[in-house]
Amino acid sequence: MKLIKAIVRPTKVDVVKAALVNLNIVGMTISDVRGFGRQKGQVERYRGTEIKVEFLPKVKIEVVVNDDKLAAALEAIQQAARTGEIGDGKIFVMPVEDVVRIRTGETGSTAL
Amino acid sequence: MAQVPLAGGGPTPLAVFDRFRTKVLAKVQEPELKRYAVMLLAFGAGLLPLMAGSAKAALQKVPTDGADTLLMLMGSALVLLMTPGLAFFYGGFTRAKNVLNTMMMSFFLMGLIGVVWVVIGYSLAFDTGFNSPFIGGLGQMWLNGVGGELGDAPLADGFAISASSFALFQGMFAIITPALISGALVERINFKAWFWFALLWSLFVYCPMDKMVWGGGYIGPFGEIGAIDFAGGTVVHISAGVAALVSTAIVGPRTTYPDNMRPPHNVPFILLGAGLLWFGWFGFNGASYFAAKGAGFSFLTTTLSASAAMLTWSLIEWFRDGKPTAVGAATGAVAGLVGITPAAGFVYMPQAMLIGVATAVGCYVAVQVKAAIRFDDSLDAYAVHGVGGTIGALLTGALAAPALVPADYFPKSAEILANSGNGGLFIAHVKAVLISYGFVGIGTALILWIVGATCGLRVSEEQENRGLDFVAHGEEAYDPMNS
Repeated sequence: MKLIKAIVRPTKVDVVKAALVNLNIVGMTISDVRGFGRQKGQVERYRGTEIKVEFLPKVKIEVVVNDDKLAAALEAIQQAARTGEIGDGKIFVMPVEDVVRIRTGETGSTAL
Repeated sequence: MAQVPLAGGGPTPLAVFDRFRTKVLAKVQEPELKRYAVMLLAFGAGLLPLMAGSAKAALQKVPTDGADTLLMLMGSALVLLMTPGLAFFYGGFTRAKNVLNTMMMSFFLMGLIGVVWVVIGYSLAFDTGFNSPFIGGLGQMWLNGVGGELGDAPLADGFAISASSFALFQGMFAIITPALISGALVERINFKAWFWFALLWSLFVYCPMDKMVWGGGYIGPFGEIGAIDFAGGTVVHISAGVAALVSTAIVGPRTTYPDNMRPPHNVPFILLGAGLLWFGWFGFNGASYFAAKGAGFSFLTTTLSASAAMLTWSLIEWFRDGKPTAVGAATGAVAGLVGITPAAGFVYMPQAMLIGVATAVGCYVAVQVKAAIRFDDSLDAYAVHGVGGTIGALLTGALAAPALVPADYFPKSAEILANSGNGGLFIAHVKAVLISYGFVGIGTALILWIVGATCGLRVSEEQENRGLDFVAHGEEAYDPMNS
């Protein structure tokens, strides 16, 4: 099992979710996060004063998948979240030791 | 007309003319002249006592009028709403961790000054006990005797509004004026210091200014200078603006200024606040006409100036930066309202629009200069209220229509207008502005010095980092775990 952490544009969350659900991957956690990469923030003006906003809002999607679905999931997220402009985000993948479904106590792949 | 006799027997043309002159004109004119003379004499004789009367008691006693008094009561409610409106306007600009403190700096004064005004403020501003053109007296503390036994007695000769409604109306102005200053001091001042500053400033700066301009004192239309201030360009906006300027200089910038600035935490609050201010300004300027029948003009000039100023500010931004901002539109509207305040009842529509445009340009420039010199007048209390009030006051002198400045109500000002025109009134207004800057500047500095020496003006840097909502009030505006 692998944990996929995808940092995407807030406007792309619904598209990414739909793409994953299409692959029969159900269950994910999202959170509002802020960050910067090559986009390096943006400049805003208030009463003519420029204020540099360095951390821009993004959404972090966390989803755990079986190894056999990993490649398809990564492909789906990348296609769905892409605009081609700077600021599209990143995807991180890391191994997961185990999973427990709290309601039933099931573990491993059956708990996904 | 008598017939012109025809020339006969060959008299010279000159003789004909001479005969014409002596015979015809004498016949026609003599009795006419006599009649005119008699009429003139009678007219003059009739006028003389009238003129003598006007010099003595220009304003006749009039009974209290229900509609006029209702205008004042409605106006008071409108002006009261400006203070929470200002709280939202200012609150939107600050960081989320300071929004309650910022709003309380305005909102709380509805409590503090609301009491101070009734107990002693009104008396200091409008009583005549001290017989001074600079400060009132103590005879009307607790509004003792204001409005007679039943509260329905008229304010004064020539005024059909009840004295009690006037005291209430003026109290709403007393509340919002120190609240305006808070824009210069947010996110760093100690709330205890603010409490004492607002109290002392209201008593020893606002009340004397009120007396000098509106209470028959030194600056106003019954005094030495003869300046006219319709609804508070001098008393409210220059006062608050200059106090903001001096306070910023003395208290110093926020520790985050200018390198770690954040955008306004809630721009919709700013628009809500600006909208409430505009709404309330109908009371502030409109009801300052003191008579329902003619107040349409002061309502109109007020809203026209705000519209013109908002448009001006937005267009400047659009041309300079490519985008008209919401914050800019709100700021422009407030600037226009500030600018028209001293002029609202003294000018017609073209002048009102000109004042709106000029104030927006002036305040826009002031805001840019403030940012360029890194002066942390945090929410532009001086750049909008001080600069806007000054432009408005000077333009009122230059543009006031003599027909709207009747001698009965503005004797000194009407005299200046009659003798030396708008140029003369402009000079009077320059003097009024300079006196206000000097008096308010020195008074504010002294009060800050006293408060600083006893309470300490600023919170510590750690407290500033933590956020004043929690430090000063033990609260947070937005609970991050509340879902």
